[in-house]
Amino acid sequence: MASEKGVTLLDFWVSPFGQRARIALAEKGVQYEYKEQNLVEKSDLLLKSNPVYKKIPVLIHDGKPVCESLVIVQYIDEVWSDKSPLLPSDPYQKAQARFWADYVDKKVFDCGTRLWKLKGEEQEAAKKEMIEILQLLEAQLGDNKYFGGDTFGYVDVAFIPFNNWFYSYETCGNFSIEAVAPKLVKWAKRCMERESVAKTLYDPNKVYEFVCYLKKKFGVE
Amino acid sequence: MEDTTVKLLGTKGSPFSHRAEVALRLKDVKFEFLHEDLAHKSDMLLRHNPIHKKVPVLVHGEKSIAESLIVIEYVDEAFEGYNILPSDPYERAMARFWARFIDDKVIPAFWMSCWTDGEIQKGFIAQSKETLTTLQRQLEGKKFFGGDSIGLVDLAGCMIAFWFAVLQEVAGINLLNEEDYPVLCRWAEDYCSVRAVSESLPDKSFLVAHFASKKEKMFATKAPLLSTKAGRPLPPPLKSNG
Repeated sequence: MASEKGVTLLDFWVSPFGQRARIALAEKGVQYEYKEQNLVEKSDLLLKSNPVYKKIPVLIHDGKPVCESLVIVQYIDEVWSDKSPLLPSDPYQKAQARFWADYVDKKVFDCGTRLWKLKGEEQEAAKKEMIEILQLLEAQLGDNKYFGGDTFGYVDVAFIPFNNWFYSYETCGNFSIEAVAPKLVKWAKRCMERESVAKTLYDPNKVYEFVCYLKKKFGVE
Repeated sequence: MEDTTVKLLGTKGSPFSHRAEVALRLKDVKFEFLHEDLAHKSDMLLRHNPIHKKVPVLVHGEKSIAESLIVIEYVDEAFEGYNILPSDPYERAMARFWARFIDDKVIPAFWMSCWTDGEIQKGFIAQSKETLTTLQRQLEGKKFFGGDSIGLVDLAGCMIAFWFAVLQEVAGINLLNEEDYPVLCRWAEDYCSVRAVSESLPDKSFLVAHFASKKEKMFATKAPLLSTKAGRPLPPPLKSNG
């Protein structure tokens, strides 16, 4: 790969994982080139930059690719360390932030996917699990402004992109997130007031349109 | 005065506990190893890791840290001395990427290869071979994944270095061998020879007996017990490369 100077992000518009990278870059005020990827016919650049997973997002910095969204966010935080730190400096607080971002990674997307993809008993089970996950995260947030405490941080970046999928989860699962995790909804509204988040996330209805397209594609009624 | 005692809740049979133990030994940290009986989890474990209820958990004074890779990074940052992760941000990103690759791909594929049979097993074996080949390539020109000395990826790979040989013996498969993976096997030997590692490894015969008893249970219930990163069993591999 040519050692081009600068920052490029290979991404897909609605991906919550890609949005994590976009939000982190925006928080740091980093200029970068956004390259929308076709996930059905993957580009040579994507395949060359992420030969292991062939997935987005991929951050290419001065010709060197970084893959996996949380690895990317930590990289962004460490390289552009002079502005808006996302991870705390204290090792224990850092470990806690990593733990909860890891929890979001392990749980939210998979459970959400099962919620819209499955029917009947399996869907009910996914809904029950999603409610548990959200209530646990809400308990972790407590009365803090953000998961990072007073400042928007790593866990907020990791989790907020899923906020605009909540409408899809609610509609498919037939439940209200506000009813089960009201503090989380307020947290999400606070995050959406940040330019980095507001400019990155798509309208929940647009996300729902995408989910409906996926459902059709996978033959789910 | 602030309590600075260090306790590691773990089990000798767990490669994840081993990772945390090696990290502490590399940093020369005085710690107490508290053996957990995973069939009867202690109040201490449940209190310090209420979310996942798993080992290892590092208890540093009043602070609890769970998830082995997170424990390693905490130990690296909280204690002076040996550098487990590189200082360059790009190298750190690479280390984190490959550590996750081991957890997300290498271990699950190998594990499922051990505890399945027939066509499904063939699929997992193919997957496992691919992941081991990909990982081995990262060792090209290096003694360890971390370079001249062991680092995050070497610790993450401990299961490959020691446990895989035991597992395949019990399962009756021959995946990781010198003929097919000479570089990885050489690395495994070098990794196990590092003092901090050898002091943290379980007795091999104990491990063989442990997995042999697990094998019967798993084939009897037809439900391979698997703790993947996603916390749920892997689906059988797709025929085409998705």
